[in-house]
Amino acid sequence: MASLIRSPFGQPIMMRKSYGDALVELGHARNDVVVLSADVSSSDYSHMFEQSFPDRFFNVGIAEPALVDAAVGLTNSGLIPIVNTFAFLIATRALEMVRTHLCYGQANVKLAGAYAGLSDSFDGPTHHSITDIAILRSLPRMTIVVPADPLSVTRLLPQIAAWEGPVYFRLCRNEVPQIYVDNCQPQIGKGITLVDGDDATIVACGVLVARSLQAAELLRREGVYSRVVDMHTIKPLDVELVASCARETGAIVTAEEHSIVGGLGGAIAECLAGVCPAPLERVGLNDTFAECGPYLDLLDKYGMSVEAIASAVRRALKRKSTAGQLENHLEVTQNA
Amino acid sequence: MNGCVADLSNKLYAYGTRHTEEMVRDLSQRAYEYRIHVLRMVYGRKSGHIGGAFSIAEILTALYFHQLRLDSDNPGWDDRDRLVFSKGHACAMLYTVLAHRGYFAVDELPTFRALNSRLQGHPEPAKTPGVEVAAGPLGHGVAIGAGMALAARMAGSRRKIYVVLGDGELNSGVIWEGLLLGAKFGLDNLTVIVDYNGVQQTGTTKHIMPTEPITDKWASFNWHVIEIHGHNMAAILDALDLADEIHGRPVVIIARTTKGKGVSFMEHMPQWHGGIPSEQQFEQALVELREGVEQWQV
Repeated sequence: MASLIRSPFGQPIMMRKSYGDALVELGHARNDVVVLSADVSSSDYSHMFEQSFPDRFFNVGIAEPALVDAAVGLTNSGLIPIVNTFAFLIATRALEMVRTHLCYGQANVKLAGAYAGLSDSFDGPTHHSITDIAILRSLPRMTIVVPADPLSVTRLLPQIAAWEGPVYFRLCRNEVPQIYVDNCQPQIGKGITLVDGDDATIVACGVLVARSLQAAELLRREGVYSRVVDMHTIKPLDVELVASCARETGAIVTAEEHSIVGGLGGAIAECLAGVCPAPLERVGLNDTFAECGPYLDLLDKYGMSVEAIASAVRRALKRKSTAGQLENHLEVTQNA
Repeated sequence: MNGCVADLSNKLYAYGTRHTEEMVRDLSQRAYEYRIHVLRMVYGRKSGHIGGAFSIAEILTALYFHQLRLDSDNPGWDDRDRLVFSKGHACAMLYTVLAHRGYFAVDELPTFRALNSRLQGHPEPAKTPGVEVAAGPLGHGVAIGAGMALAARMAGSRRKIYVVLGDGELNSGVIWEGLLLGAKFGLDNLTVIVDYNGVQQTGTTKHIMPTEPITDKWASFNWHVIEIHGHNMAAILDALDLADEIHGRPVVIIARTTKGKGVSFMEHMPQWHGGIPSEQQFEQALVELREGVEQWQV
């Protein structure tokens, strides 16, 4: 199992740079792909596609609603538009366009949300995107993919282009460690079990996958064996995997660079309530805006440190054993 | 249903041919027939939007029975002209025209807005043959049309993109984003028709949100502007011909129309944006619309 993970992690790479590279590669592989930008292409690295394919790149200016609408027009003619701007603008300013045309109208447009989570850290909460998963996940027909490392970006982007229907690809701005070995082949809709364990499961997405692996290592030294799952597809959720983790480990922790309201944690909570109730602890921003500052420090301060994940696992374990004792107690009482 | 709608020939007048007196008379008459269908659809369901549907009767008739190159047997034909129906609330008229253009049976029109109907309250492309994009929330048409025009240019296709806007939609910011986009790329395969009827939901556009001088606004955004009387079939056909001759810039046709056109008590009245006629009003409207039909009969 552990063969999927590099040990130690590979040299950090800018995720946006790997996205730019992947976009150019996709442009070579498919001539029906067109790329749209709302004038932040030097930030999200879609400018790399512009340099390689200037005739298939459209900068619509700082106009996010028109950005999505123009893509709706392009896909009506059989093209695969990939829309690029900051994640929070896709999920807020352009939301009505996304809902009406991509989700209701079934326009086959792909959304690449740059600078997601706290990764545009120094620009502060106006530019952070901590509710995008919750907002977009509520829309029928939407697919949401959150890559954990550069290789995930490279392997998932061509699948997104080939996917039928709208997809939101949530991307980090910054350097992220290389987690996966080269032969890893993530598939949209299938979570990946990275580390096995029976005591609890950490279900993570995006940059918190690496931190969850570190938390699992820390816990292992305490004698706690956590399973770690990279749930890169938040919707449609890999319900079978979540159910088997809940059955086999009896306690779940979610870890995401997002509010604990409505994102991965919300999705897993809904799933557990429906198929296999188990104690759940959610790691993420605790229903609050953050502030500006260095990226890794922000993750730590706002509840997404390695230690915070480990603590959440310890809490979940405690609840699991309490629940077990209660169950035994009830059984004894009933038998008496 | 009482009364009967005259048997329509649904004749197509080939794109590129100059209009004749007979063609103008025939299409004008049909526009009134289509108003009767819309009246019945909305009255039958006690739901829908009559005023803005009546103001685009001639425009849609001219587009679907002359200007647009379409194949109703093959709605997905790659090289079809596109019509983006941006003022989605007026879709009773769009459905009526699509049915007569052969996309589905005219008999299906009375299912408008009913449970299980393909004819949704606002257009849904996956359900209704001939509908290109979803519409309802206002303001989308120009930017979507610009995307379609870019795609046509990339494909080296001569297909054309038409967008039908309401004037109330011009309040919306994304409309003006679309204008910038059309001008930036010099999309001369894009023609926008504004149904400038001067009335929106709660009052006249002049009072709710003044948009005049509207021709100056579009011209200053580097669009070629044509201004016409939007119920004059010959003027509409001329404007569509002229739009084909403009190169290097997108074209807007400001069509001066009358909301509720054809029924005296509905004309220019904001309450007929979404008003539902009583039985008496329905009968009165029917009489007036039949007179409208008759005025074009020889």
